[in-house]
Amino acid sequence: MQISGKDVGQLAFLSRLDLTADDLTICTKSLNEILGYLTVLEELDTGAVKPALHVRPIKNVLREDALQPGLEREQVLANGPEVEDGAFVVPRIV
Amino acid sequence: MDRYEAVIGLEVHVELKTKTKLFCGCSTEFGQAPNTQVCPVCLGLPGSTGVLNKKAVELAARAGLALNCQINTDTWFDRKNYYYPDLPKGFQITQVFQPIAVQGYLDIKAEDRDKRVNINRVHIEEDPGKLVHASGSIMTSRASFVDYNRSGVPLVEIVSEPELRSGAEAKAYLEKLKAILEYTGVSDVKMEEGSLRCDANISVRPSGSAILGAKAEIKNMNSFRAVQRAIEYEVERQIEVLEEGDSVTQETRTWDESQGITMAMRSKEDVDYRCFIEQEIAPVELTADWVENMRATIPELPDARRRRLVDEHGLPDYDAGVITSSLSLAEFFEATLEKYEDAKKISNWIMGELLRLLNARGMELGESKVTPGGLASLLQLIDKGTISNKMGKKVFAVMFQEGREPQQIVKEKGLSQISDVDRLAEIIAEVIGKNPKPVADFQSGKEQAIGFLVGQVMKATKGQANPGAVNSMLRERLAK
Ligand SMILES: [Zn+2]
Repeated sequence: MQISGKDVGQLAFLSRLDLTADDLTICTKSLNEILGYLTVLEELDTGAVKPALHVRPIKNVLREDALQPGLEREQVLANGPEVEDGAFVVPRIV
Repeated sequence: MDRYEAVIGLEVHVELKTKTKLFCGCSTEFGQAPNTQVCPVCLGLPGSTGVLNKKAVELAARAGLALNCQINTDTWFDRKNYYYPDLPKGFQITQVFQPIAVQGYLDIKAEDRDKRVNINRVHIEEDPGKLVHASGSIMTSRASFVDYNRSGVPLVEIVSEPELRSGAEAKAYLEKLKAILEYTGVSDVKMEEGSLRCDANISVRPSGSAILGAKAEIKNMNSFRAVQRAIEYEVERQIEVLEEGDSVTQETRTWDESQGITMAMRSKEDVDYRCFIEQEIAPVELTADWVENMRATIPELPDARRRRLVDEHGLPDYDAGVITSSLSLAEFFEATLEKYEDAKKISNWIMGELLRLLNARGMELGESKVTPGGLASLLQLIDKGTISNKMGKKVFAVMFQEGREPQQIVKEKGLSQISDVDRLAEIIAEVIGKNPKPVADFQSGKEQAIGFLVGQVMKATKGQANPGAVNSMLRERLAK
């Protein structure tokens, strides 16, 4: 499987990465190399293997509906570049 | 026959009645100061991992069962990826591929027709945070404020099949859905607090066509009435577009309550959610026994209760429908019925005075002070003739406001009818003595003169006498 520069451009947009044309060329080349390594897996016969839903063999990990203390608001907002009246401020959305 | 047919599907988001969030122990309490109910999990801080709330799974299953769904005993969570400031992780944990409940239905009655509306799915997901826009509208704001208290609150999304055909049907569907979720304790279903929210997908097509037209998704409707109005407006709008030979644009539109119109919203990037199975949250495997235990917790639902009120207590179907549309009203009715036996009289007072006062003040039953025992005592006072029906309404208004016993209110305000015959006879004798002219007029055949004399007695008793009794006692005296 090969991906195009256009695919990588879309991926960069979705990841909010600002790539230059050179970056894009390099990324496309290395991503295709990585995908190449994975083709090894295609040589395996997985016909008898049940598709895995989850990477770990666990299920039903549940907790009771009980309150746990959270964070103090000062701590919460400490990471916000702009804060007003206890809320995070974000620039115009649309 | 109409030339066009509307095709409407509803997506309803309902907050589950849990104490804590879906994947963390933060409180779900409404109305707290911004960002005071958050932790690393619901803030999406790197390295944090949530654990699924058992109660949320139970409530979601209960919602599915109450809506006649099949429960998927193998169910899991998925990631829906998109960028938006209310979503701190950059993805929402939801159920895309294997929702907890599928293929249900609910029965409604709208425009005098019974209809079964199929439900496509009920899935569990986390609520995003809440955005407040600086200038009130997202379109014109220079900035928005983000509160993550709501981030991670457990929701179920209930998706109907596109089988609704009018705004009235949509409203009836929502009312029934709300009642079922209230009866089963799944949610508070308070639209004004955002614990029930509804989006509508609407398209129109020529009647008889099987092909679906381009649909518009309508958001921002804040009441059931608004949903009905928005649908009616949007259906008309789309028909006009088609009549003019244009085609409907597939888009998201927002309902403007004050103008009564829908408006196109500027659309975001082409959304590709790149959904995949969530690996941080373990899959859920339910047993058939667990499902049956959950089914056993489902109480009598609105339709069954309505039939019972008709069959056991002889209520008219209409009354039973109004009373069972809300759990609190139905419980109030039955509690009153334990202390007073005339079901129809109770229903008249609930549908008349109680609902009138609640609606006029925009209140929930729980916010009024009147009790079932109070209403029963009031009806007994009226039956005994201590107070008239009309005065009963005044007393009821005081009970509604202050919650005291009707006997006490009647006594304090001196509202009781003078039914003491001796006392009344004294007053009547006095009035006859003071008004020789009208007395003579009546005795010489002027029938209308009695009205004046009754009026004088009522005045003398400050309105506390029973006018009928006064009338007959006066006639008796004057005939002598
Ligand atoms: Zn939290």
